[in-house]
Amino acid sequence: MRTLVLATALAAFWLALSGHYTPFLISVGALCVILVVYLAHRMHIVDEEGQPVELFLAAPTYWLWLFVEIAKSAWSVTWIILDPRLPISPTFTRVRAGQKTAAGIATYANSITLTPGTITTGVSGDILDVHAIVKSGADDLEAGGMDQRVTQFEGNASTARREKA
Amino acid sequence: MEMIADAASWCLIVLGCFFLVTGALGMLRMPDVYTRMHAASVIDTIGATLLILGLIIQAGPTLIALKLVFVLALFFFFSPVASHAVAQAALHADVKPILSEDRRDRDVPDGPEAKSGKGARS
Repeated sequence: MRTLVLATALAAFWLALSGHYTPFLISVGALCVILVVYLAHRMHIVDEEGQPVELFLAAPTYWLWLFVEIAKSAWSVTWIILDPRLPISPTFTRVRAGQKTAAGIATYANSITLTPGTITTGVSGDILDVHAIVKSGADDLEAGGMDQRVTQFEGNASTARREKA
Repeated sequence: MEMIADAASWCLIVLGCFFLVTGALGMLRMPDVYTRMHAASVIDTIGATLLILGLIIQAGPTLIALKLVFVLALFFFFSPVASHAVAQAALHADVKPILSEDRRDRDVPDGPEAKSGKGARS
């Protein structure tokens, strides 16, 4: 199942990037797909961590939500930069990631980093070290709104997986 | 129609450039490496997105637009990894952050997850 998804994605990627559909180029593409899938299998990275197909369906809505968050915080960081007084109050804090899978925790940590104003500087288990440019950014993360949203995203995915099984 | 598309794409490109310049200015104004990275993340999220959206409108529904989408996706998957690596490298190298408050030793509560999450999720 994961192998099939990986092969389809790679083939689509090749076709989109090449743009030339001659028999020679398509067969070279097919060869490359086979080679990459074989190597990925040998490296044992075709699993729920390297190929989280369960997350794919829920991803677009999550990305949309994340993009709105990014836009909001980018706007506030922009004003901090343009403010002549440079009103920063850098804060280091740590928060707990409520996700169950490695892919879920990685999604949360990356979402924190993508949002301007907060950076994940370290991960140990489900504890994330976060540097925030203003104190309120750290407060927001400690309140856990984003954590819940990511957990919900991950949770939806695992319900979908159960229904399929 | 052509003109509307041009106008929209130019608006996006100019707005994107505004965020790029602001981010660059922020990198100059911030006092230490960690705060500078926050300014940089304005560039590679909202700045790059608006710029590439503008370029996508210019490209129209072609393979080039699809490739621009790939570039954007690449940004969103790789830039947090790179930022994280830089921040952690700085910490390993003992670069002390300028802090107004350090809460790294705080007790991490189990949060709303432990109280309601487990049951609700399964």
